[in-house]
Amino acid sequence: MKKNKLFALVLCGMLVSSFMVGCSKKETKNVLTDGSTSMEKVIGGLGEAFEKRNDGITFTYNPTGSGTGIKAVQEGRCDLGLSSRALKDEEKQSGLKETILAYDGIAIIMHPDNPIKNLTLKNISDIFSGKIKNWKEVGGKDAEIVLIGREAGSGTRDGFESITQTKDACKYRQELTSTGDVITTVSKNQNAIGYASLAAIKDQVKVVQVDGVSPSEKTIKDGSYVVQRPFIFVTKKDQKLSDSAQKFFDFALSKDAVSYILDAGAVPAK
Amino acid sequence: MNGRKHLVEKIMHGIFFILGFVTVACVLLITIYLIISGIPAIQKIGFFEFIFGQEWKSTSDVAKYGILPFILTSIYGTAGAIVIGVPIGFFTAVYLAKMAPKKIKSGATAAIGLLAGIPSVVYGLVGMMILVPGICEWFHLSDGASLFAAIIVLAIMILPSIINVSITALEAVPKEYEDASLALGATPEETWFKVSIPAAKSGIAAAVVLGVGRAIGEAMAVMMVSGNAPNMPSLFESVRFLTTAIASEMSYSSGLQQQALFSIALILFFFIMFMNAILNYFLKRGKER
Repeated sequence: MKKNKLFALVLCGMLVSSFMVGCSKKETKNVLTDGSTSMEKVIGGLGEAFEKRNDGITFTYNPTGSGTGIKAVQEGRCDLGLSSRALKDEEKQSGLKETILAYDGIAIIMHPDNPIKNLTLKNISDIFSGKIKNWKEVGGKDAEIVLIGREAGSGTRDGFESITQTKDACKYRQELTSTGDVITTVSKNQNAIGYASLAAIKDQVKVVQVDGVSPSEKTIKDGSYVVQRPFIFVTKKDQKLSDSAQKFFDFALSKDAVSYILDAGAVPAK
Repeated sequence: MNGRKHLVEKIMHGIFFILGFVTVACVLLITIYLIISGIPAIQKIGFFEFIFGQEWKSTSDVAKYGILPFILTSIYGTAGAIVIGVPIGFFTAVYLAKMAPKKIKSGATAAIGLLAGIPSVVYGLVGMMILVPGICEWFHLSDGASLFAAIIVLAIMILPSIINVSITALEAVPKEYEDASLALGATPEETWFKVSIPAAKSGIAAAVVLGVGRAIGEAMAVMMVSGNAPNMPSLFESVRFLTTAIASEMSYSSGLQQQALFSIALILFFFIMFMNAILNYFLKRGKER
């Protein structure tokens, strides 16, 4: 009986002390990044390469979304914020700085059985704002167009809507919360059209040409493919990065990083 | 020796008191936090505009925060799930509690337990891959993601809680009641429906309320099948629930938009508190009798 009580006491003690472990300062070096889910592939590749080159530095990436990433930098919860849209003026005024890492093409995707190969930018904005409702108006079969988009606040949606000038005008049938959901949904519906980061596109869906240009590394870099947006690092203007974070920042923008960014399907800024 | 034992008892007493207090403190903290962070947006937007506004455009230049579509969708969706789920769940429970042979009963109970254990994201995924394209084809729609798909998924999700609680209620009916009925010459079927079920009434009502609570609070699964466009509810339209309104926009929100999401959470919280109050009422009434 007594033994049992002692045992319980010890257990409780362990429970309490385990709360305190989290408070002790860790001296291990790490780089914390937080933000855009669209940048997952790029940052994943860079992080892995960076860890391999720098023994003892751990790299963490929190895929939360551009808005959350920017907020995390403001609140000092991470070293580098990742955003797949340019900073707004109010965010810049609050002491944040952006550094362009790469460009990402936003692909316009359809079901593979859809006969349409090319759409003009005007077509696309008319389709998404509901002026064109049937596929036959742009040379397809007689069927209602189903618009698949992202939720309000998503970097991809913001990028897409500002490029096609359909901000707040899109009449979505579905608003999904991740790139993968959009791709899956479009691949399951013959009449659907959607948009997704080019880096995330798989064979399940067909990528349509915009103004006769297919999205590719070359067409995005030379600007001929117009539906594209920047991938940026967000930092504080007046605060120096930690040594390890600075190391990662420099690495990501160096020539060595180019191949990793390309592997991930994005186009390096430099 | 005795004194030391006393001391240990006292320490343990204190520790358990603290652990118990943590639970209560969590509930209090969440309630207070929700009220504090939910009130400002309602004040800024205006209570009636917020509750009865029919348009939700949180990121427009002229933002509109009306959550009537979400409230109605949540109510319709839950009601639909109850209409489909309760009869199925109820009769399953009667069968399992009274009629089923032992082997079938233990097998079915295990299966229902498993159904309860399936994570909601899996329900959503299956719904998204099979149910949504299916609805699209059966009803000749351009797209299957709709209130109807959400109702089907919710109806399946609330089955385990309805069945389990109803079985418990039916099995708690004193055997003497049934024996008396049988002795008077009633058939077993008459006994179940005229004696056992009325006796278990309050427990079964509690099961239904529990199902309502589960359905109204579900987010992940309905988010994947309902389409999430903030329309006024209609059976085959894309709709957004109270829960999914919070979940889908929270990660990118800022400013008034974020505060408005907290206000939605507050409204949802009141809904669920209301459901809990009803549940408590039924359970208490069941005990008093």
